[in-house]
Amino acid sequence: MVTETAVWEALAEIPDPEIPVISLVELGVVKEVEVEGTSVRVEFTPTFMGCPALETMRSLMEQSIRDLGGEAQIDVVMDDSWSTDRITPAGREKLREAGLAPPAPRAAGAPTLVQLQSKAFRCPYCGSTETRLDNIFGPTPCRSVRYCDSCRQPFEQFKTI
Amino acid sequence: MKTRTELLLELADDELILGWRNSEWTGIAPFLEEDVAFSSIAQNEIGHARALYELVARELGTDADALAFDRRPEEYRSAPLVELRRLEWARTIARHWLYETADAVRLEALKASSDPEVAGLAAKMDREEIYHRMHAEMWLERLLASGEGRERLQEGMLELWPYALGMLDGELRPPFEAIVRERLPFELPAVEPVPRGRHQAELEELLGEMTTVRRSAPAGAQW
Repeated sequence: MVTETAVWEALAEIPDPEIPVISLVELGVVKEVEVEGTSVRVEFTPTFMGCPALETMRSLMEQSIRDLGGEAQIDVVMDDSWSTDRITPAGREKLREAGLAPPAPRAAGAPTLVQLQSKAFRCPYCGSTETRLDNIFGPTPCRSVRYCDSCRQPFEQFKTI
Repeated sequence: MKTRTELLLELADDELILGWRNSEWTGIAPFLEEDVAFSSIAQNEIGHARALYELVARELGTDADALAFDRRPEEYRSAPLVELRRLEWARTIARHWLYETADAVRLEALKASSDPEVAGLAAKMDREEIYHRMHAEMWLERLLASGEGRERLQEGMLELWPYALGMLDGELRPPFEAIVRERLPFELPAVEPVPRGRHQAELEELLGEMTTVRRSAPAGAQW
């Protein structure tokens, strides 16, 4: 018997393909789970639209639902419902521990260059805010590169979207 | 009045072709940071194109890859601005800034669409485009700050201005034109826009290269 709780628990075991320190549930991409008998419908809200990990996430979720004995239907929701605000507090802490500064909260207004160039971002290694923007873009579309002037460590900063 | 399909295809084709052009800097941009930036921007634009093609494909009963790769050059709806082959750096920045500025006007209109699917997708795209605009604006400032930079940027803007105007038509063009004229510290002439559909010779060459893999495995390939 497949239950919603079992599905959520199984999805919480799937690591993000590109940032394996956090799970898909911690990343906030699972919007909804509905179970009827053995059919399981998952609403999946992709992160960055060109992210090559999206297909992998999808097939990992399908596999994990099959392993529970369910038939998976993954519905992709392409709207503004995923934001970096959906990353859970535990997920944010795991990112920080892995040297990835968690995203700033989505504010009322759009992020600006002035804001990115300010000292509002904290180094995940030493905690200093003496950090500066090195590049808006980084190793994947979801990250920027910053440099910490206190501990002289470059680090990756999750973009706010 | 354009149909929903036509409008979405224009947008998708612009994003796909510009994404391809931006990716031409991968490995050879003047700085490593810009190599990374243009590659990421290309990845985002192609991701947007895919989502848009998927919407259109559902209506037309086909799939996203068929729309992206199997049409004849004359069937593409892309704007001539994005078709021009990789330009030298100052012109690349001019095109990047003009494109992102026009795209922002277009996305703002789509976000207000009464079609929830289109409005939702536009809002999601815009979250990523914000970073493209910041990047373009940062480079505009940087080039304007030096004599040579400003001169070369101005030459590029003058050359690309008729193409940029051709990206938008109807009621979207005047606000775009006003934003550009307000921001740039030099005059742009009143010119005849190069309209969408008047394809540049470079498009055919680009499509030839872009569809190589698709044509080598017409039945589809698994990676």
